[in-house]
Amino acid sequence: MKEIVVLSGKGGTGKTTFLGAMAFLATNKVLADCDVDAADLHLLLAPEPRQENEFRSGVKARVDSTLCSACGSCEELCQFDAIEMNGEAQINSLSCEGCGVCAHFCPENAIILDENHCGTWFVSDTDYGPLVHAQLFAGEENSGKLVAFVKRKARQLAEENGAELILVDGAPGIGCPVIASLSNTDAILAVTEPTQSGLHDLERVLDLAVHFKIQSFVSINKWDLNPPMADEIEACCRKRDVIVLGRVPFDPAVVSSQLNGVPLVKDNDGIAAMAIREIWAQLRDNVAGD
Amino acid sequence: MRITVASGKGGTGKTIVSTSLALCASASGRTQFLDCDVEEPNGHIFLAPDLSLSERCVVTIPRIIEGKCTYCGKCRDICRFNAITIFGQTIMSFNELCHSCLGCFLVCEENAIARDEREIGVVETGLAGSIDFVHGRTRVGEAMSVPLIKAVKKKARQDVLVIIDAPPGTSCPFVETVSDADYVLLVTEPTPFGLHDLQLAVAVLQKLNIPGGVIINRADLGDDRVEKWCAGVGIPVVLKIPFERGIAEGYARGENLIQSQPNLRQPLENLLKELVR
Repeated sequence: MKEIVVLSGKGGTGKTTFLGAMAFLATNKVLADCDVDAADLHLLLAPEPRQENEFRSGVKARVDSTLCSACGSCEELCQFDAIEMNGEAQINSLSCEGCGVCAHFCPENAIILDENHCGTWFVSDTDYGPLVHAQLFAGEENSGKLVAFVKRKARQLAEENGAELILVDGAPGIGCPVIASLSNTDAILAVTEPTQSGLHDLERVLDLAVHFKIQSFVSINKWDLNPPMADEIEACCRKRDVIVLGRVPFDPAVVSSQLNGVPLVKDNDGIAAMAIREIWAQLRDNVAGD
Repeated sequence: MRITVASGKGGTGKTIVSTSLALCASASGRTQFLDCDVEEPNGHIFLAPDLSLSERCVVTIPRIIEGKCTYCGKCRDICRFNAITIFGQTIMSFNELCHSCLGCFLVCEENAIARDEREIGVVETGLAGSIDFVHGRTRVGEAMSVPLIKAVKKKARQDVLVIIDAPPGTSCPFVETVSDADYVLLVTEPTPFGLHDLQLAVAVLQKLNIPGGVIINRADLGDDRVEKWCAGVGIPVVLKIPFERGIAEGYARGENLIQSQPNLRQPLENLLKELVR
């Protein structure tokens, strides 16, 4: 079984569009959306939830005001500026990281640690195979843990189904949720665009791939918006021994397929759809091999 | 005053809007620009600052002094992030899991934990024309970005207009960035992805009780679902930027909106006047 994660560093380069297309083109796979704080893949794949579960992770501190003596020791100890004294200790749950230091040292035992219900995860059926996805509640933490959970679930499902592939939609950036999406991954497809920001952010993703010793491949989306920059990106990849699988031209059909909520390559032989078909064929040959 | 430019969905045009606003503002008064998208900072591409100062951003982590440790397990027990493990007479700390809560230091009765540090990134500052420019840049492979965002925000001046570029998403880095903004501009695009992620970002702003407005970028490449939703929930659409190949091509070269579409200067200035009033 092989696992491919689609990343970009910079947002909005076409990760989810690409993954939606791969979902349509690949056979015998499980899909996972690991952009848990702004998950969008479900908007293309019309999933029917088969399982819906609470995601609980970590704790949040809460003050029992009948016990609090307003001594202020918790405010002093908190490294996250989550506690303010206002007649009694008040906790800002968005800042609380759930370390529990305040509760441990409260002389009145006035701080309770509640298990944190921070999101929902789903196993769904789509026309293109099973999808594991999740939604972290607005402003919550633990996105890395939820990503790790979604990935575990997807792998388990793939093993049960005898699937050959796991296709993962990653988050933008190179931080916590992205790092969590890289465990057990065989390859990264880095989707970029021919802009200075696109190149800058791509290089950070490729550095991350090197850091974790994962092979990466590149697709240059909307390449014709700036052909010289697309050339520059290719040159940069060559220098790094990273294979550029292809270039996808700018095509208004990408937006219309999103408006219609269908994968781009479904019933579409436009220029972007054709380019993505070719890139997918190459990626499959490179990763899944013979 | 602090105006933060954020989005939920990535790639909607946050950075080109925030840098263009900073340029507009700097024509009439001292302005500071903070790039809090520390995983992938791009503001420098559009403002070309002369970065004259670089400071390491470090977090505190424990270093266990084996000679003093009695393996009592108190540090392991207080750590809710599983960053300390003990097997018999061996104790190990996993620094990448550490959140720097200092719990282990506080419970150790043997003074067996010394303060060590881990560099999570750098804060760089300099001048971009007359704009005071600050950005953070995480170390590649570092998962923790919130302390670096805090370090960038610590540079915020109180006496001038501060324009902040936020990271995408709606989880902790986004929350930390917008948390003390006076106003948040949410840049989106008129597509299902744009609307979905905008709704999440608006939910966070409501939780934090921060006023905000919406900028619809590439306003003619999609449909009217974002506008309808905004009207329904009573969030103002403060600016619409049409899709112009000229903007896209200028963006690709690292040009801000004022360079590639001079006719956008006036609407941006009006928006600033409205907000700073």
